[in-house]
Amino acid sequence: MPAHQFILNGRTVSVESPADLPLLWVLRDVLGVTGPKYGCGVGVCGACTSHLDGEAFRPCIHPVGDTTGRAVTTIEGLGAQGLHPVQEAWLEEDVAQCGFCQPGQIMAAVALLRRNAHPTDADIDAAMSDNVCRCGTYVRIRAAIQRAALLLRASAPTGGASLEGDPGTTGRP
Amino acid sequence: MADTLEAQPESPGEWGRRRFLTWVVAAPTLMVAARLGLAPADAEAAQAPTEASQTPLSLYIAIQEDGRVIATLPRTEMGQGITTAVAMLVAEELDLPLDAVDVRSAGADSRWLVQLTGLSSTMRLLAGPLRAAAADARARLVTAAAFRWRVLALSLTTAQGEVRAPDGRRASYGELAVAASQVLLPAVSPLPKSVGEYTLVGRPTGRVDARDIITGAARYALDLDLPGALPTVVARPPTLRGTVQSFDDTPARSMPGVVGVVPLSSGVAVVARTFAQALAARDALRITWAPGPASALSDVDIRARLREAIGPRPLPPLLTTRTLEGRFDFPYLAHAPMETQSCVARVQGDQAEVWLGAQDPKYAQRVVARALGWELSPQRVTVNVTRAGGGFGRRFFSEAAVEAALVSRALGQPVKLLWTRNDDMRHGHFRPASHHRILAHLGPGGMLLGWNHRAAIPTLELPHGFGDALTALAGELLPQVTSTVFFALTQRSPYHFGLVSHELREVSVPIPTGSFRSVFTSQVGVANEVFVDQLARELQLDPVALRRSRLASSRLQAVLKKVVTVGQWGRALPTGVAQGVAVLEEWDSAIAHLVEVDVTGAVPRVLRIIIAADVGLPINPKGIEAQLQGAAVDAMSTTLSAGLHIDAGAVREGSFADYHWLRMKHVPSDIQVHLVRSDDRVGGVGELGYPSAAAALANAIARARGTMPTRFPILDEGA
Repeated sequence: MPAHQFILNGRTVSVESPADLPLLWVLRDVLGVTGPKYGCGVGVCGACTSHLDGEAFRPCIHPVGDTTGRAVTTIEGLGAQGLHPVQEAWLEEDVAQCGFCQPGQIMAAVALLRRNAHPTDADIDAAMSDNVCRCGTYVRIRAAIQRAALLLRASAPTGGASLEGDPGTTGRP
Repeated sequence: MADTLEAQPESPGEWGRRRFLTWVVAAPTLMVAARLGLAPADAEAAQAPTEASQTPLSLYIAIQEDGRVIATLPRTEMGQGITTAVAMLVAEELDLPLDAVDVRSAGADSRWLVQLTGLSSTMRLLAGPLRAAAADARARLVTAAAFRWRVLALSLTTAQGEVRAPDGRRASYGELAVAASQVLLPAVSPLPKSVGEYTLVGRPTGRVDARDIITGAARYALDLDLPGALPTVVARPPTLRGTVQSFDDTPARSMPGVVGVVPLSSGVAVVARTFAQALAARDALRITWAPGPASALSDVDIRARLREAIGPRPLPPLLTTRTLEGRFDFPYLAHAPMETQSCVARVQGDQAEVWLGAQDPKYAQRVVARALGWELSPQRVTVNVTRAGGGFGRRFFSEAAVEAALVSRALGQPVKLLWTRNDDMRHGHFRPASHHRILAHLGPGGMLLGWNHRAAIPTLELPHGFGDALTALAGELLPQVTSTVFFALTQRSPYHFGLVSHELREVSVPIPTGSFRSVFTSQVGVANEVFVDQLARELQLDPVALRRSRLASSRLQAVLKKVVTVGQWGRALPTGVAQGVAVLEEWDSAIAHLVEVDVTGAVPRVLRIIIAADVGLPINPKGIEAQLQGAAVDAMSTTLSAGLHIDAGAVREGSFADYHWLRMKHVPSDIQVHLVRSDDRVGGVGELGYPSAAAALANAIARARGTMPTRFPILDEGA
């Protein structure tokens, strides 16, 4: 059985398993990383959304074999050095209700802001509409993304969205 | 954690569990786990706070040595924000910073009269007792300090978790707790503050659990790490309440990681080392299913049965010259909480322990005890209440706990049992479908003589009972609440409409049902408010003017006025864009919605929603706003696009891919909530925000299109 070595929240881990094992179960059952949630198992709800090399992806439908040598960041790794500006914005807008979808929502929002420092409402619609929130917190998610965009722009005067707080992409050992 | 997946001899080709022991190459396991923040919560630690260091002052309030206050809440946090509101009340009365209060959900415990979380009853029932308990705790702490310092208790003050004397002496609550617990008669008033003295209650406050949620630290049932608990899933029948006729588990048992296969009345459980293995083995089971009791029924049959149950029209009131009739159909709805049904269980000998986000832990205790054959000694089952990833009524039932307990006993090992999204969607306790006939009887000159609403609804299952909760609210003894009783208690009209009657025709349909947000009002109340608009059209009256002239309640008049003013009712709008309003008074609260919708595109688009609510004393305005915004999204979802279909006794929808709950792109960025306060009674919030949001949207669509929607969800073209 192959060993799959990847960087999880800034640390190298190795898991021996079938290559097609969905990463969500590696994270939750094997590594004990429970921030990414099971919401559907088929990639339609977004509750497990995390980052692969800085891009949003869905561990529930992503085989562990495909992560070899790559950087996986879960919600636990996002705020490794204090809260990420998106998390700050989530607090300020008091977004969460039951909270189950929120790790995925936050990871999707971070990925959006990394690509697009000035998202319009239409950009937010496009980037966030594959993440279901059954409590209906969409209004506050939208407001938090706009607030986070301001925070990020303030902390990155050159105009690019900050990569800070995501060890998966900063390549720390 | 990885090292709980201890080694077992490997069979050829088997995915060796002990190989997981080598998963970390960078550093020793524990150190890395701690540094990564990977160490999962220990279920024992999470559930058993350090009893030794706490001093209980009442059933609700205990004080830790370090001065932190533990409030025990006989209710379940499912996202509705009750832990924040309770922390605010306790902090207020005890003059504590908010973050010095921890709120914990009580496990099933016969000392609590009511442990059911629903009917918007938590704050209505508990705000009083909690304030009294916290104020009493403060009085005891002050008295204890007065004894210690030999000063007049009345001269002492409290602030920041300390008792303070005029001479500058201070004592923390933690130091005083033991002495306070021995005070027989407080020397200062044990009465709660008056509302005018509040400094925290009433202030918009962020959730106390927000940081845990946004960092991934919040633990739901399956995030707990009960050592050795094995992943478990259940193969379920294609039809509702279908049964296992026969099964062959030979191939499944030989699959990697499989620990056991356990037949249950609800299906066949598979236990494995990881959920991925359990799911794969479940799919390898060969099961012959016997069809469930509804297998001859599809939507069209159910609708016909409901329609038939409506019966002939009753005699109209004297002098009736014209009768308007409205008919409405509502679908079955799945609650579809983000966290599917799930439970961790450990059964050892004659004791069982379960961890789940139950909406009624005492009911969970009863059903688990019954399943284990311990009906007469339910106390052998310990129910630990975890936070729930949404409830909406679904978690009154605790099938996952029953299944997990049975599997744990069969294997002699703890298990963590997961319902897949398909399971959750297709084997729920659904909000029942319904058919409604409303008759508005008009007399000479358009005088409204009567309003008769007859609703045909499959029997609502309430095995958990609402009796004790309603008894506590109504002050009358209501031990047995059937769906008929509940209907009669809750369904009424706020209008002067002459002779008003609401009648339930219960229809027996063998499809599992359960309460959904707003219960019967989610259908009856919506249909009423949609037909009020139809009446206005028939009488050529403005719908707001009609309501104003007929509403008896000053609270409803006030919230209606608010949305009409803020929303600029009647303002000029482009063709294809219209406004709609609706109101509701229930759960000791009143609410009005104004919705603007654009019907020029392929599907109606909600542009903005204005909400005004009178919930009495608003304990946490921010939490109330969140609940009302969320309920509006529920209402938009089920009015426009989300509904279940029944095909030959099976639910067609299987996930959020085909159960069309709204997404970000469908929801307006403007959902405003305005609070109107008529008095300081604490009104309900959670159930409140759904019906008039749905009706206002339907009314806006009717005004934009010129025809009244009668079948929900409006966009359903399937059945």
